[in-house]
Amino acid sequence: MTEPKIRIKNLYKIFGDHPEKVLPFVRDEGMGKDELLDKHNHVLGVNNVSLDIMEKQIQVVMGLSGSGKSTLIRHINRLIEPTGGEITVDGADVLAMNDAQLRDLRRFKMSMVFQKFALLPHRTIRENVGYGLEVQGVAEAEIAERTQHWIDRVGLTGYEEHYPGHLSGGMQQRVGLARGLATDADILLMDEAFSALDPLIRFDMQSILLELQAELHKTIVFITHDLDEALRLGDDIAILRDGAMVQQGDAQDIVLKPADDYIRDFIKDINRAKVIRLRALAAPLAEGAAPPDGLPTLPASTVLEEAMLTMSDAPDQTVLVERKDGTLAGTATLTQAIQALHG
Amino acid sequence: MWEFLTDFPAIGRRELAEMKKAIDEAFKGFSRTYGEGLENFFDPLLKFLVWFEKLLIATPWPIILVIVGGLAWLGSRSWKITAGAVLAFIVIGIFDMWEDTMATLAIISVATFLCILIGIPIGILMSRSDRMQALITPVLDVMQTIPSFVYLIPVVMLLGIGKVPGLLAVLIYAIPPIVRLTNLGIRLVDTEVLEAADAFGASSRQKLFGVQVPLALPNIFAGVNQTIMMALSMVVIASMIGVKGLGVPVLRAISNQYLALGLMNGLAIVALAIIFDRISQSYGKRLQAYRGQGHD
Ligand SMILES: Nc1ncnc2c1ncn2[C@@H]1O[C@H](COP(=O)(O)OP(=O)(O)OP(=O)(O)O)[C@@H](O)[C@H]1O
Ligand SMILES: [Mg+2]
Repeated sequence: MTEPKIRIKNLYKIFGDHPEKVLPFVRDEGMGKDELLDKHNHVLGVNNVSLDIMEKQIQVVMGLSGSGKSTLIRHINRLIEPTGGEITVDGADVLAMNDAQLRDLRRFKMSMVFQKFALLPHRTIRENVGYGLEVQGVAEAEIAERTQHWIDRVGLTGYEEHYPGHLSGGMQQRVGLARGLATDADILLMDEAFSALDPLIRFDMQSILLELQAELHKTIVFITHDLDEALRLGDDIAILRDGAMVQQGDAQDIVLKPADDYIRDFIKDINRAKVIRLRALAAPLAEGAAPPDGLPTLPASTVLEEAMLTMSDAPDQTVLVERKDGTLAGTATLTQAIQALHG
Repeated sequence: MWEFLTDFPAIGRRELAEMKKAIDEAFKGFSRTYGEGLENFFDPLLKFLVWFEKLLIATPWPIILVIVGGLAWLGSRSWKITAGAVLAFIVIGIFDMWEDTMATLAIISVATFLCILIGIPIGILMSRSDRMQALITPVLDVMQTIPSFVYLIPVVMLLGIGKVPGLLAVLIYAIPPIVRLTNLGIRLVDTEVLEAADAFGASSRQKLFGVQVPLALPNIFAGVNQTIMMALSMVVIASMIGVKGLGVPVLRAISNQYLALGLMNGLAIVALAIIFDRISQSYGKRLQAYRGQGHD
């Protein structure tokens, strides 16, 4: 098992005048968010969250408004100090860092993209994208070159000398993304980065992100409250409620095995055919049995939406499911698929 | 019994007189011991003021007009304001107020320059902590509300009559707005933008000079504008303690009931005020050009 890129362990964050004093109520007595607010007038932001984020993955963190997503992500670069718990990045204890080490962590190891863009309004697009490099102290000529590269990559060529206030929301967030990518940090923190955008532009931005990720392989922590976005982007999805983690897993786990009503509520409107993959249906063949002849073969990662047409045309409406490594996972039938879609 | 209620039980007249005398004596003692040292301290400032005033008066008027026009254009980029400024100076010259205007211009420029030099750092300091703000705000309140004549007394006792005490009086009155607006401007900077700077690892220096001060500039500039206006409004009072300029004839007009003289010089002060105001306002607007038609 490889070491996680980011490890969050038993993290607590309580907002209020004396967080340390009320921490025992939450940690040892299991007091929840509402009770803590009623009885002790403190807000429970993050409640005992542990999360290992693997390298080169897109880790999605999801939850309703106020569930503690922004608070959680801000602990990774320690914009917020925790009340209790541990955070390590590449094995280094983030909470033990002094100011200078912390600045270096933020300058070189990670960067951030914000929901409301948070661009510097008095700087041009070029100067905004180059901000992280400037803070690092990179020479001007190099900043110019690297900045131009990212401006081109996010499709803003020609807008270099414009000011953020003159661009549309979608364009502003491309600037935010380019600014985040320009420092070449391994870790990208994105707090509802696309939530303020129109659905179409949002879909575009997701595509841009996936395209870039296929090539850059960063470790991305992506916050969203939108399930479709989570399912489209996330290699792994963590769901928060009232500051606590209620379920963690890949899209299938969440759709096929929702942990509770909160999550069932979340997933009730999604198009399951786009999420469930053949892997989840594959019934292994009997020990030693040869696979039936004449059946079409589909990769295990095919979503049902794409698999169903092939299934309906196949003999016995059955297909063979093949894993990535070429081995056979088993067979799947159209009947199984229809049942899976209805939960 | 009734008397006790109608006459406030004040300290005895004699005790009061003695107390006042003691304070006066103490201050006079202070002034005898340190007055000369202070004067020496301010000597370079005095020399500079005298030199600058002489320079303005000695410079041929067409050159001054060109400089005024040039500065007006640089500041406002507006032909109207530039032409208005030059025209006002021409009228001032025609009515024989050129020399006094140059003297006033000299002291106002130096006062404004010093206000910026001292006021902006104090404003920055004030924005950094709430304690500092709580400490400085009442001092600024006093500076702005205490009648100028009251602080003229110790200033004159310490430094006598002349340009430097006049300049100090102008500074005390004119510096609060720039301090306040620098503080306010920095405090109003969007916390999300600051958070972004933090997230990219900016040091507090990088945040101050790269984000906070630039974004506070429109407010700081409004402060500069107000400071200039307040300095101009002190011209007459400053002339009472020996500052040359447009205030002197106004004072003469008051004591001799010369209506026309008072009006002309008063209007010249107003003209200067309007010119400074328009130029600095349109410069301030240009500083905000990036705000454009925002998509917030
Ligand atoms: N500085 C703060 N002081 C007090 N309470 C806070 C503070 N920041 C966040 N909270 C509280 O902590 C909880 C979690 O907030 P957080 O902003 O992390 O939620 P979120 O999941 O990001 O929500 P949203 O989707 O609205 O952005 C909320 O109840 C919020 O009111
Ligand atoms: Mg949030």
